[in-house]
Amino acid sequence: MKARGSILSKFSFLIPSFILIIIFVIYPIVATIILSFNINPVPGIDITKGKPIGAENYYEVLLSFKFINRHGLETLSFPMGAIIHNIIWIALHLPLTIILGLLLATLFQHVKGGSIIRSFIFLGMVIPMIVGGLLIQFSFDKDLGVVNLFLKITGLEWAARSWTIYPNTALFSLILGSVWLWTGFTVTIYSAGLASIPKETIEAAVVDGADFKTILFKIIVPQLKPVTITVIAMTILWDLKIFDIVYASTLGGPGGASMVLALLMYDYFARVQNYPMAATVATILTIVILPVVVIWVRMITRGK
Amino acid sequence: MGAKRKLLKGYRGGLLGSPLKWLIANIVAWTIGVLWVLPFIGIFMTSIRPFSEVVSGWWSVSPFTPTLKNYVDALFNPMFSLLRGFMNSFIIAVPSTIIPVMLAALAAYAFARFSFPIKNYLFVTMLFLMAAPQQMTIIPIFFMLNNMRLLNTYLGLILIHSSWGIPWITFFLRNYFSMLPKELEEIARVDGATNRQIFFKIVLPISLPGIISASVLQFAWVWNDFFFALMLIFDPNKMVITQMLPRLKGQYQIDWGLLSSGSVLAMIVPLIVYIIFNKYYMGGFRGWAMKK
Repeated sequence: MKARGSILSKFSFLIPSFILIIIFVIYPIVATIILSFNINPVPGIDITKGKPIGAENYYEVLLSFKFINRHGLETLSFPMGAIIHNIIWIALHLPLTIILGLLLATLFQHVKGGSIIRSFIFLGMVIPMIVGGLLIQFSFDKDLGVVNLFLKITGLEWAARSWTIYPNTALFSLILGSVWLWTGFTVTIYSAGLASIPKETIEAAVVDGADFKTILFKIIVPQLKPVTITVIAMTILWDLKIFDIVYASTLGGPGGASMVLALLMYDYFARVQNYPMAATVATILTIVILPVVVIWVRMITRGK
Repeated sequence: MGAKRKLLKGYRGGLLGSPLKWLIANIVAWTIGVLWVLPFIGIFMTSIRPFSEVVSGWWSVSPFTPTLKNYVDALFNPMFSLLRGFMNSFIIAVPSTIIPVMLAALAAYAFARFSFPIKNYLFVTMLFLMAAPQQMTIIPIFFMLNNMRLLNTYLGLILIHSSWGIPWITFFLRNYFSMLPKELEEIARVDGATNRQIFFKIVLPISLPGIISASVLQFAWVWNDFFFALMLIFDPNKMVITQMLPRLKGQYQIDWGLLSSGSVLAMIVPLIVYIIFNKYYMGGFRGWAMKK
C-alpha cells in the first residue's frame, strides 16, 4: 500500500521517537567511542583527565591482567581475565543451554502437563537477574544451598562447600546458575519451533519405523535450524553482556576470579573512576558482540 | 485395567514408542520441573521462617515457625527500606512503560506502512540499537544528566529507560502492525482520512493485544533492570528495589533472612505480571525473540 500524505506527515510519526533515541542512545554511543580515544565528548566538564589523544587506552586495557591474565592462563587457575571468563562462559553455557533446551522442549511436548513444566522453567526469565544472582549464591551455599544437599545425599559430601566464594569454583557455579536461569528462554523458543513442525511429518516417520534418534536428528534438528541461529545469537549476546548475576553473587570476586567484561567496565567507572578506560572497555565489549549482532540483523532483514 | 487406562490417558503414542517409555518420560519431565523450581521454594521457605531455623537447610521442617519478621525487617529497613524501593520501582516503571510504547507505536506504524527515504537505514539502525550493551551509553548519559540536573532524579532515569525501550518496541510493534489486514485502512483512506486519523481511530484500537504485550514486557524489563538505576540513582530514598537488594547483604555475614524476603519482594511484581498477562507476556516474548 502506498500511503499518501507528505513526507512531513510521515516523518512526524518518527520524530518523537528519534529525538529521544538520538539524544539518549545514539549520541552516548558515539561519545563513548570518542571518549575511549581521550577526546572529551561532554560539554562543560573535562572527563578525560587530560590524557593525550590516541589509542593508549586500548593498549592499556588489552595488556591489563584484568582483561587477560597470562599467569592465570598458564597455570589454569582463576582469575584468567574478564574476556577469558566471558569466553569460558559462552563455551560452557551455550552448548549446555541449547542441548537442554532442545531435549526438554521435545520431552515436554509429549508429556502430561508439559506446558506447566515449561512455565516452571520459564520463571528464570521472569525474575530480576539481580534476584537470579542471589538465588544462585543461595543455592550454592554450603549450609543453605540445595546443590550441596544433593552432594550430601549422593555421598559426595567432601565436595560440599560455598561454591561462589572460592576462586576455582566461583565462575563455574555462576555459569551453571546461568544455565538454570536461561534455559527457560531456549525451551520456550524451541517449543514454539517444534509446534511449527507439521505433525504429519513426524507421524509418517514413526509409521516408517524410524526411532527417536533418527527423528530427532533427521527431522527435528534440521527443521529447527533458523530457530537455532536465533537462539545461538541471543545466548551469546546475553553471555557477553552478563552483569547483574555476577554483581549480585560475587561482585566479580574472589580476587577477580569471576570478573566479566561488563563488570570490568563498571569497575573502571565507579571504583577506579577512570572514565576513558571505562569507555574503552565498553567499546571493546561492543566490538566483541558486533559480529553476532550483524548476523542477527542480517537474518531479520533477509527474512522480509 | 481401568487404572492403567486412566494413567495412560494422556498417552498419544508416536514419538516415545511404548506406554512404559511414555510413563518414564512423564516421571523424568516432572522431576526436572520440580528440581528447577527448588531454589524458588528454598528462598520462599527461608523468607517466612526465623533464620536460626534454616541455618542447616531450608528443607528441614521441624521446627517450622512461620513468621513475617523477615518481611517487616526488609520493608522497614532503616537504611534501605524496601517499601520505599518497591514504590520507587513503580514510580519509575509505569511512566517508563507508557512513554516509549506511545512513541514507538507511532514510529512502528511508519515502518510498517509508509514508504519514505532512508527507511531501511533507519530500521537497521533500530535493530543495532536493540542489541547495544547498556555499558556503551552510560558514561555520556551520566555526565549529560548531571549537566541537565537530572542525575539522581526519577525523571532522568525515566527518560533513559524510555529511550532505551523505543528500539525494541518499535521493532516488535512494526511486526505486529505488518500482520494486520490493510483493507480497513485503505477504505478509510479512500474516504479521505489522514494518516494520523487512520492510526488513532483504526489501527490502534485493533492493535490492543500487541500494545498490551509490548507494555507488559517493557514494564517487566524496567522493573527488573539494575544497571541504569545503579549508575544514575544514589539517594537511598529514590533507589529502586533491585538496586537496594545487594546492599542488604551486609559486610561480613550474609543475612539470608533479610535477603530472602527482599528477593521475594523484588520478584513478586514481575511474577504477578507474568501470571496475569501470561498470554500477552509469552506472545510478546516469542515475538521479540523470533522474527515473524
